[in-house]
Amino acid sequence: MQLFIFKSRWSPYLAGTLAGLLAVASVVVSTKYLGQTKYLGASTSFVRAAGMVESHFQPERVAKNNYYHKTGTKVDWQMMFLAGIFFGALLSSIAGGTFRFEAVPALWSEFLGPGIIKRGFFAFIGGAVALYGARMAGGCPSGHGLSGMMQLALSGFVAMAAFMLGGIITANLIYKRSW
Amino acid sequence: MELILGLATGVVFGILLQKAEVLRFDKQVGFMLFKDATILRFMLSAIVVGAVGLRICAELGMLEFKIKDAALVPVALGGLIFGAGWAVAGYCPGTAIGALGEGRLHAFWVILGMITGAGIYAESRHLLRWKFLKLYDYGPVTLPQITALAPWLIITVLAAVAIILFVVIAKKL
Repeated sequence: MQLFIFKSRWSPYLAGTLAGLLAVASVVVSTKYLGQTKYLGASTSFVRAAGMVESHFQPERVAKNNYYHKTGTKVDWQMMFLAGIFFGALLSSIAGGTFRFEAVPALWSEFLGPGIIKRGFFAFIGGAVALYGARMAGGCPSGHGLSGMMQLALSGFVAMAAFMLGGIITANLIYKRSW
Repeated sequence: MELILGLATGVVFGILLQKAEVLRFDKQVGFMLFKDATILRFMLSAIVVGAVGLRICAELGMLEFKIKDAALVPVALGGLIFGAGWAVAGYCPGTAIGALGEGRLHAFWVILGMITGAGIYAESRHLLRWKFLKLYDYGPVTLPQITALAPWLIITVLAAVAIILFVVIAKKL
């Protein structure tokens, strides 16, 4: 039998089920051993990272900013969680033989052309807009979508509906053959 | 301890995201174009299993909930803005980092953009003082609280909706 980690793909139902169990385990373990309850999330770390970068240039300005003060500007659980996602994906893709360098995704190329700089430019803009929106909403598909919805939080359901609506409208405008 | 635990949780989550193929641009955008249901299958499975697990552990007193405020205007408005950026970037914050891990180099620009967007938000948040942003803020409420229905009933309905969706999309996608 082929070892599980070397398989190129697992059923999304199975991986999703395991992700649900991981989310619960993370909450239980962090509550018990850290004395703090850690729900999975991602977008706050980008604020921390921005604060860290900015403190190199304007430390006083960052120190005076309430929002940076609230999120913190040091490496914490969630930042390490994100670093872990990077290494987990790297490990898994190498083990499964699916690691592949890609500068422009196939679907993008099909509708918007194979230009690497064009893709890079819009990737940056899209990322900036997404994170601005996530911070206004108070979370991303991890914090609101997964963690919020599994706690049956009203905010989680509203946020996920808005994420999907915004995504569906925009994607259907951009990725259309008639362009 | 905190940092090691965070890293370990992330490594496992990264493996799961990668094996389920949810780190792919084509899967994320395909979900928004109704052409691929990988994201839907992954997320709904995780939410239903997580909801059951959290409820059991909460009843055993092993954890506490951490509910975000249902400030409906900023959540909905920010959510729509997020969605627009998500469609262009092709990744949400967690998956952008995972995608870079599996070699999708353009995710690097997404991550850099996200850090920039976060900085812009932190620096310009004081400008968002419009009154309408504070309307319809219900605080940290849950569906069982606002509907007065039993949590287990809501979880059962959620699971039923997920299963029906899975059966319907299994025929189409």
